[in-house]
Amino acid sequence: MGEAIVITSGKGGVGKTTTSANLGTSLAILGKKVCLVDTDIGLRNLDVVMGLENRIIYDLVDVVEGRCKTHQALVKDKRFDDLLYLLPAAQTSDKNAVTPEQMHKLIGDLKQDYDYIIIDCPAGIEQGYKNAVAGADKAIVVTTPEVSAVRDADRIIGLLEKEEGMEAPKLVINRIRSHMVKNGEMLDIDDITTHLSIDLIGIVVDDDQVIKASNQGEPIALDPNNRASVAYRNIARRILGESIPLKPLDEEPKGLVAKLKKFFGVR
Amino acid sequence: MSNKLLPNANVIIKGTKEGLTLHLDDSCSFDMLLEELEAKLSANMKAPENKPSISVRVHTGYRYLTEQQESRLRDIIAAKKTFKIEGIQSNVITIDEAKSQREASEITSMAAVIRSGQVIEVPGDLLLIGDVNPGGQVSAGGNIFILGALKGIAHAGKYGKLDSVIAASVMKPSQIRIGDYLNGAPEPNSEEQSGMECAYVDNGQIIIDRLQILKRIRPNLNRFEGGF
Ligand SMILES: Nc1ncnc2c1ncn2[C@@H]1O[C@H](COP(=O)(O)OP(=O)(O)OP(=O)(O)O)[C@@H](O)[C@H]1O
Ligand SMILES: [Mg+2]
Repeated sequence: MGEAIVITSGKGGVGKTTTSANLGTSLAILGKKVCLVDTDIGLRNLDVVMGLENRIIYDLVDVVEGRCKTHQALVKDKRFDDLLYLLPAAQTSDKNAVTPEQMHKLIGDLKQDYDYIIIDCPAGIEQGYKNAVAGADKAIVVTTPEVSAVRDADRIIGLLEKEEGMEAPKLVINRIRSHMVKNGEMLDIDDITTHLSIDLIGIVVDDDQVIKASNQGEPIALDPNNRASVAYRNIARRILGESIPLKPLDEEPKGLVAKLKKFFGVR
Repeated sequence: MSNKLLPNANVIIKGTKEGLTLHLDDSCSFDMLLEELEAKLSANMKAPENKPSISVRVHTGYRYLTEQQESRLRDIIAAKKTFKIEGIQSNVITIDEAKSQREASEITSMAAVIRSGQVIEVPGDLLLIGDVNPGGQVSAGGNIFILGALKGIAHAGKYGKLDSVIAASVMKPSQIRIGDYLNGAPEPNSEEQSGMECAYVDNGQIIIDRLQILKRIRPNLNRFEGGF
């Protein structure tokens, strides 16, 4: 019996889809059987980031409306040997085409066959959000070091804490830019975690390679040498229960780490 | 016709330094009571025209007056221009009243972070162990005590109790309200604030000050009895 994790944020564009793609990829690299589920109906793009767009035949709405069997809609990622699949969102229907009850059932079925179900949630707190969290056991909240993103993360955490049977959500801080934190132009990690008072599970730097990789349909996590990739792989290992210390920036060259620690208030 | 047989038995008028006290019997029927009151007030109290009005207190004993009954009673007394009603007292209240009185004097404690979009409301005092984040709101019929940072909205004395206070370990509210008084975010303190702070109403405006001042300006916060 697998585990379903919803990736959510409240605010749009902070990196939910990027995080979903890279956590799914990292978990598959670690040998887990993973199904990615895109619930952003009408604005799907997890398939693009994964480079699986051209192989879509059926989608989420086809499955819940019974036009196909679940396995027929799953797109296999050929880079992995039968470990990574994607259930794409519908591009043409609207968000109300699916109900939370249907999602709950669907995710429950997928949990029979996969170790991890990673659910990419749309922005906002309406129907799409409700669908995405309906079947989830755990939640990861993604934020960037901006006041507006943190504010929306707070709102979402409040909602997630009310979900029955859901574990306390974990936090990913995405797109940290060390020089801006240094200059006091961005919220630092301490500010964000004390404000939101939930556990931090990862910090990801802002890196142009992430955008480039997404554009090419090759999630950055496939590159073992990239800083953001290391961060995503570390999050995946923490999900598996490994205790990997949270460094302010998982992959800054030494020397600088010590310097940065001061700015992050890490002792 | 018992009031004919026992005249003046159900309404007893006593004079005091402050004015008059009407003791109303609580076992006769209400209509009988009003009839007798009417008669007694018209018969005995023909005061001269331009005298100052006389204060009247009413005691209804163990009789519970509905709102409607109370207003009928007031009408009869007010119809005699000489009288001014100071108050109506009864030895009994309804269960609902008793409940809300108890709630209004109770402290509700909770350990939580009040996040953006969340609203907490209590009838009495609130003791919150945790923060109120921006976009979150706490309100209370009485005082609000926050062991944590107040960064959202706090509304004390929601139903008009203007002596209510708001205290917080870290006072960085986006808005503070006490009764109908309202204070936007206070000017950012240039020096980092060192201790806990409180907010209270003084002279029609909300003041933010150090916590220690409360024992002087709000002695009613002290419910400790005995010496120390
Ligand atoms: N760590 C990062 N470094 C650089 N760019 C990033 C990083 N994470 C995300 N991005 C970029 O930010 C943009 C938004 O990311 P993404 O689509 O994952 O956000 P989202 O939260 O899914 O958005 P939406 O709310 O629209 O679904 C993308 O162009 C993505 O490549
Ligand atoms: Mg997205």
